[in-house]
Amino acid sequence: MRPNSIEAEGLAKQFRKGPRAVDGIDLHVSPGEIYGFLGPNGAGKSTTVHMLTTLLPPTAGTGRVAGYDIVREGARVRAAIGAALQEAALDPLLTGRDHLRLQMALHGIPRRERSERADELLVRVGLTGAADRKVGGYSGGMKRRLDLALALVHRPRILFLDEPTTGLDPQSRAALWDEVGRLASDGVTVFLTTQYLEEADVLADRVGIIDHGRIVAEGTPAALKGEIGRPTVEVVPADPDQRGAVADVLARFGEPSQASPDGVAVRIDGEAELAPIVRALDAEDLHVAQLQLHAPTLDDVFLAKTGRSLEGAEEPEAVAAE
Amino acid sequence: MTLQIWSIARRQIVRTLRQPAAVFFPVAFPLALMAVNAGGLTPATRLPGFPTDSFYAFALAVPFIQGSLFATMNAGTDLARDIQEGFFNRLQLTPLNPAALLLGLLGGVVAMGLVQAVIYLGVGLAIGVEFHAGALGVVVLLALATLILIGFGAIGATMALRTGSGEAVQGLFPALFVFLFISSMNMPRDLIPIDWFRIAATANPISYLLEGVRSLIITGWDGQALALGFGVAAAVTAAALVAATRSLRTRMERT
Repeated sequence: MRPNSIEAEGLAKQFRKGPRAVDGIDLHVSPGEIYGFLGPNGAGKSTTVHMLTTLLPPTAGTGRVAGYDIVREGARVRAAIGAALQEAALDPLLTGRDHLRLQMALHGIPRRERSERADELLVRVGLTGAADRKVGGYSGGMKRRLDLALALVHRPRILFLDEPTTGLDPQSRAALWDEVGRLASDGVTVFLTTQYLEEADVLADRVGIIDHGRIVAEGTPAALKGEIGRPTVEVVPADPDQRGAVADVLARFGEPSQASPDGVAVRIDGEAELAPIVRALDAEDLHVAQLQLHAPTLDDVFLAKTGRSLEGAEEPEAVAAE
Repeated sequence: MTLQIWSIARRQIVRTLRQPAAVFFPVAFPLALMAVNAGGLTPATRLPGFPTDSFYAFALAVPFIQGSLFATMNAGTDLARDIQEGFFNRLQLTPLNPAALLLGLLGGVVAMGLVQAVIYLGVGLAIGVEFHAGALGVVVLLALATLILIGFGAIGATMALRTGSGEAVQGLFPALFVFLFISSMNMPRDLIPIDWFRIAATANPISYLLEGVRSLIITGWDGQALALGFGVAAAVTAAALVAATRSLRTRMERT
């Protein structure tokens, strides 16, 4: 059996009348891994997914999914993968069960198995009660869960999820994260695009950060955050006149960093411990209104690699399928 | 592939039946228009050379063509919406054979169109229209209606696949309606007194479709009208299927 891995070398997509949406990316996603593909809108995430799922032919580079070439063996790739694309494209006039029946028939699942498999998937995504209702009446979360069930009908070994939780409430998001985690524990390789830092941080074994069609950083969330470094401590003095004195004390612990308008911050050297800082402030009789330790986030990684914050870093130009 | 064709056709039928407007208007509007036309144009049957003394019998062919246009536009709009909203990508990610997509879509159009055709026939019988070609003529009429539905369905699918826009497909509807009105819809071609209208109606393929259907109702077995009706329908269908297949190949970019 071929490995359920995803590989790409120099994968690129240049649209005829548009930008170079994906600009030569290399990927290696191991079997059973959850790979988070993180980037702002328009960065090239969806175009990459469309190429890897064979919906768009690349203009350069190569890709293999489940051991099959994405250009020459498209049908085999499609048989091995499941995909829930960015838009949970469902027919509002069909019921959840109608969708599952259609999807299974198109995948050639034998009639005798269809009903049982539909029930099993409906239970798995928590839609048993709504199975015979028209999808037009589903909430966003229900549509996403049905979308996931549809991607799983033929028991794929690799799953592509393109921004699966965009627009969902926190409860629906958490439920979907649980399900993705269960799938990965069953050995399914998951390629997940997201613009949510928290999602990549919580779910992904490894994260690739894409910007302007290029991967600017890749690694485990911990390694990426560790790479850019040290935490910052921010102190807001109770008396604004004491900002200078607070800054003098904090300077003993690290170099100045960007802070809120009322605060003083330093990127601390050595261990991320607050106790010595608190003791030093107390020794100088400085009263503190707020004291916070900021651990590095993936947004800090994005900022460090691109000079911009991920939040609000949307591309100005519209990129096809993004 | 049979299962794929059936599944796509079934979806088309189910979603049409779940939209009351998509069922009601294609049936009711052509019949209402026929009633209005018959109300105003019945005196035309007294013209020398008019082929029947019942305008309803003469006009009953029109709902078959008009109903086909409605069924086609609905199917084309549905396909365009699938493209716009991403459902087409969902289908592309399955092992769906492109031919099965087209055949399934057309199968759905034909199924709904034939139901309409049976209703038109029933209404015709109920208002006293006599079918001169008899029971076999009804079968031939349904066969011609099927061919017309496939042809028009393929035109709607081509528009949907080329533009990916429901609005563009709906924009085609008035254009096809103009073709219907500039035809022998309300008057035999040789009795149309205005030269340009008669010439346009003679050049208009819709006239031959109408006359093929009409001949079975008011004449019986008219070989020339049937040959022209089936010939034009077959030519339109063949050309539309080629265009739809090409458009599908372009639209389905998958590797």
